[in-house]
Amino acid sequence: MRNMATIALKEFKSYLTSPMAYVVTGIFLALTGFLFSISSSTYYETSISGLWEFWGILLLILLAAVLTMRLVAEERKMGTLEVLLTAPVRDSEVIMGKFLGSLGILIVMLALTLYYPILLWIFGDPDWGPIATTYLGLLLLGSTALAVGLFASSLTSNQIVAAVVAGGILFALWFASMLASFLPESIGDIISYLSLYSHFPDFVSGVIDTRGVIYYLSITALFLFLAIRSLESSRWR
Amino acid sequence: MIRVENLTKYYGKRLAVDDISFNIGKGEIVGFLGPNGAGKTTTMRMLTGFLAPTRGNAWVANYNMSQHSLEARQHIGYFPEAMPLYTDMTVRSYLEFSARLRGIDKNKIKKRMDEVVDICHLEEYVDVIIGKLSKGFRQRVGVAQAIIHEPEVLILDEPTIGIDPIQVAMTRQLIKELGKERTVLISTHILPEVSMTCERVIIIHEGKIVAKDRIENLSALISGSKRIRLEVEGPAEKVSEYLRKVKGIRAVSFQGSHYIVECTKGQDPRGEIMKAIAQGNWTLLSMESVEMSLEDIFLKLTHEAEEEAGQ
Repeated sequence: MRNMATIALKEFKSYLTSPMAYVVTGIFLALTGFLFSISSSTYYETSISGLWEFWGILLLILLAAVLTMRLVAEERKMGTLEVLLTAPVRDSEVIMGKFLGSLGILIVMLALTLYYPILLWIFGDPDWGPIATTYLGLLLLGSTALAVGLFASSLTSNQIVAAVVAGGILFALWFASMLASFLPESIGDIISYLSLYSHFPDFVSGVIDTRGVIYYLSITALFLFLAIRSLESSRWR
Repeated sequence: MIRVENLTKYYGKRLAVDDISFNIGKGEIVGFLGPNGAGKTTTMRMLTGFLAPTRGNAWVANYNMSQHSLEARQHIGYFPEAMPLYTDMTVRSYLEFSARLRGIDKNKIKKRMDEVVDICHLEEYVDVIIGKLSKGFRQRVGVAQAIIHEPEVLILDEPTIGIDPIQVAMTRQLIKELGKERTVLISTHILPEVSMTCERVIIIHEGKIVAKDRIENLSALISGSKRIRLEVEGPAEKVSEYLRKVKGIRAVSFQGSHYIVECTKGQDPRGEIMKAIAQGNWTLLSMESVEMSLEDIFLKLTHEAEEEAGQ
């Protein structure tokens, strides 16, 4: 537990000392700000639903993949992984620590976007319920993307490869719901359930569906588990 | 403190470490020698739990590395090859991070940090970002992180490579100091370094142990037959012929610009060589004894091993 916190804190601080997190956050805020200002829902419904309908969340998961690409790959390349893995620390603590460190940055990123609902509140009377559930959804979806990114990073010593693999997995999970309409209903339902996208509209409309919550948490757990196994397997190469 | 039994490591099909066994007792400083690619780093990585062996077992501080790796790692201080560090952290934050990961008690971290900073002479650099430090100072940070939790066993992989002579001397002194209370395994391919710091050596070549012995016995092996390098102005054939006749010389070879003379064991024929050259009325330009290099020892040892196998 203590090791996990040590690693998480170190990762969080190292995001703050490198330009990466600032660039990612800056681009994220600029693009979501743009989406917010052109969404009709902003003006007609005083809601943030237009922003997080499609492009906003796609942007979020892609930037999450960029944020996590360095987590293990960089250490593998620099050789610092050798020092980390020979310290009396479990592989699971390494992965969980790194995950929580990147989650910290994601939370900061999402917190900065809170100024959109604050603007709505200054100029109108937004419904806070759906806004709260949207942010819960963003946190869950963001965690899933971070876990996928961390897993991809644990596979390689090349950060670009890590980002591309993470993007590939996330896109595949994202577009799975589109595939569903071409398939027989029974299979289509399963595929659709497995899609990252299909659970999100509920959160935006103010509904907390436990299926969605369980889905995001279990995909996150699955990829964290895979990342731990991938790290362990490097000892056997 | 360190016990290795039949340790073997394959990288895919390539055999990196071939069935090695050795023992290192408490408080010993042991040199681990071998040319590049001999399997030193791979062995050390198996001893520190970074790599799992293909076959065999290793015990460090009485913990089996494959079953109780975590407990064993608690007692190991490790300086990996080339000492990779987080270049974006300051020395202070890096040492604090290392101390926490090694499970040092919260109240003692500050005290231990001050101590290692003092031991490694890093006082003026604690707030410098590691990326801006020169190689020698990075190496000291590496030593500091390896000893911060006062480990019983220190495993140092080429700690004096690529730093200036003054720092090399400092590091050797430091290793000697540390070795008073700890078990140290230090890898190198610089022979004098071993004779200065270690009591015992293990020599590894192509993944196999070719010698494990005390340093005195190794020096006997080195000085067993002396070699002398000569520069002489004169006809090569005649000079060689004269030299061969000198008592105490086993073989002479002309190498284009100089001669290499191999002496018989325990003989020092330098005076006789002078006389012989003077007799021929040639000019002696230089004469120096050639230290037997580690490569020569390997050649000798591996050659001997092959001969034994042939008999």
